[in-house]
Amino acid sequence: MRIKPHDAANRDRQADSSAMTDTATKDRAGNDRWVAADEHKRAKTGAARYRAGVLKYAQMGYWNPDYSPEPTDVLALFRITPQDGVEPEEAAAAVAGESSTATWTVVWTDRLTACDRYRAKAYRVDPVPGSPGQYFAYIAYDLDLFEPGSVANLTASVIGNVFGFKPLKALRLEDMRFPAAYVKTFAGPPTGIVVERERLDKFGRPLLGATVKPKLGLSGKNYGRVVYEALKGGLDFTKDDENINSQPFMHWRDRFLYCMEAINRAQAATGEIKGHYLNVTAGTMEDMYERAEFAKELGSVIVMIDLVIGYTAIQSMSRWARRNDMILHLHRAGHSTYTRQKSHGVSFRVISKWMRLAGVDHIHAGTVVGKLEGDPNSVQGFYNVLRESRNPQDLQRGIFFEQDWAGLNGVMPVASGGIHAGQMHQLLHYLGEDVVLQFGGGTIGHPMGIAAGATANRVALEAMVLARNEGRDIWNEGPEILAAAARSCAPLKAALDVWGEVTFNYASTDTPDFVPTAAVA
Amino acid sequence: MRITQGTFSFLPDLSDAQIARQIDYCLDKGWAVSVEYTDDPHPRNAYWEMFGHPMFDVRDAAGVMTEVNACRRTFPEHYIKVNAFDATRGRESLRLSFIVGRPAVEPGFGLVREEGPGRSVRYTTRAYATERPEGERYPSAAEDARAHG
Repeated sequence: MRIKPHDAANRDRQADSSAMTDTATKDRAGNDRWVAADEHKRAKTGAARYRAGVLKYAQMGYWNPDYSPEPTDVLALFRITPQDGVEPEEAAAAVAGESSTATWTVVWTDRLTACDRYRAKAYRVDPVPGSPGQYFAYIAYDLDLFEPGSVANLTASVIGNVFGFKPLKALRLEDMRFPAAYVKTFAGPPTGIVVERERLDKFGRPLLGATVKPKLGLSGKNYGRVVYEALKGGLDFTKDDENINSQPFMHWRDRFLYCMEAINRAQAATGEIKGHYLNVTAGTMEDMYERAEFAKELGSVIVMIDLVIGYTAIQSMSRWARRNDMILHLHRAGHSTYTRQKSHGVSFRVISKWMRLAGVDHIHAGTVVGKLEGDPNSVQGFYNVLRESRNPQDLQRGIFFEQDWAGLNGVMPVASGGIHAGQMHQLLHYLGEDVVLQFGGGTIGHPMGIAAGATANRVALEAMVLARNEGRDIWNEGPEILAAAARSCAPLKAALDVWGEVTFNYASTDTPDFVPTAAVA
Repeated sequence: MRITQGTFSFLPDLSDAQIARQIDYCLDKGWAVSVEYTDDPHPRNAYWEMFGHPMFDVRDAAGVMTEVNACRRTFPEHYIKVNAFDATRGRESLRLSFIVGRPAVEPGFGLVREEGPGRSVRYTTRAYATERPEGERYPSAAEDARAHG
């Protein structure tokens, strides 16, 4: 597989064509002067660069096609849609400028700094395949532009100022590459996939969870009932939903106490470690710490936060979780406002990278087959970013840069939203083993009850893993394998009867731009 | 009750042929398989007794099954599990762990509650069987029938 590169040969051709179109103009003294047609794209130097006034961003040095990124640079790939009449190189330079040192006009104070180094460099622009008017702009940032260990600082630079910039119709941050030196300034996930499995004593299969439904309105006592039934029936985890915090119908302490009773009852009934993601999201850090401390005192193995609390709050809760041996679950509440549309926003693969740096143990990352957005290749790309120790470039899955995670723990992805036991073969095929599969409606809505719903999911899962390990072709034989397992499990039979045919077949909006083709070189 | 630790406890007990196929899967991946047993199945008992070291150099399922069966003969009323270790950097942990033997009678666990201030409760999970000394915890089915008429 190969994409059309903006390679040296390409650049040579451009140089040739500009040489042929050089034109004669008069300088201030009225003398003829040869001016390159692409002068507006070339960085000015010396006094010409710092004369007061407005220059194009490319002329200020933010477009540098000859720059070859240092191994210590932070790299970003933006999808840019310039306004009509704005050249892609200038648009890319503007993004580089506004996300690093530039302002709209020349300032002489640049000359008091090592400004050539601090200036981000747009070094490559490629047309997006099949999307006229859109370009991929590659930008390199010097490592010293960023405070160590701060996602807030990183994002304040890279997405802080540029997304409303008028010369662009739209802008999307598609991918980033972090040098190992920068990755090492973050502690990363407090627990990680391997240690989470060891603590829970659960190996060789995806974990199973369910979100308590209805997500609003249950009293603490009724809420704990759902937790108990689901965990006793065979799930490993149950979960608070993103907007369960502390409302008039259920105070948070009440929820925590009843959930712990449910968890401990279920542990005794099964001999397994069980957990419930106690959502500690609150209006202030003080409240979140108070709730997290209470969860710890009660013996919970896991707490939960929402993405909407913000990057700094997430990093604070990550530190707390690391100090207290707690698994930290992140619900990506709100992400679709900026991750879903392909032309504008921030790709979820970038959010995944930021959250691995920020340090969460679980993150919702898509299901492929469920009710929420998720193209198979894109979702697998997110999963790889979260789980692997090193990501090679993988354009088919939307991964533009090689990324070495430098020993940072992996994040367990969570698949949640409109999935059911009848899809078990597809889920295992697409998502692999290190994932939490969450069947909310698919557990609680079971015709024989919540515990039966949980049992159906667990039996379906174990049967599918057993068959896969035996070398069977689960993609094609999946329905057969489930039907066979259902012969000795009435709850699974009932689940397949009710939901077996339910699918959510809609076109994805967020898909990679590259498809594999036969290699040509 | 039925303790549901391990990867396949919700399925009917695996036959020896099924166990051997799972072991083949592990060996194909290059993982080292081991056999462990216990009569203290508390969910936080991290250290079951090792029935020998992990079999780093055994490359066929039949060899592992010999050990499984030896363990079953020696400890017919214990929990027995098969583990697979992956020494790959970034994992260095178990990849699969499933129960291949269990006592005929599983009395399960009781929950001890210690009530504290503010309605908080400290929970202790206690296996009924571990109230007796190690090695005497799980009577055979015949002994159990005699004891309970």
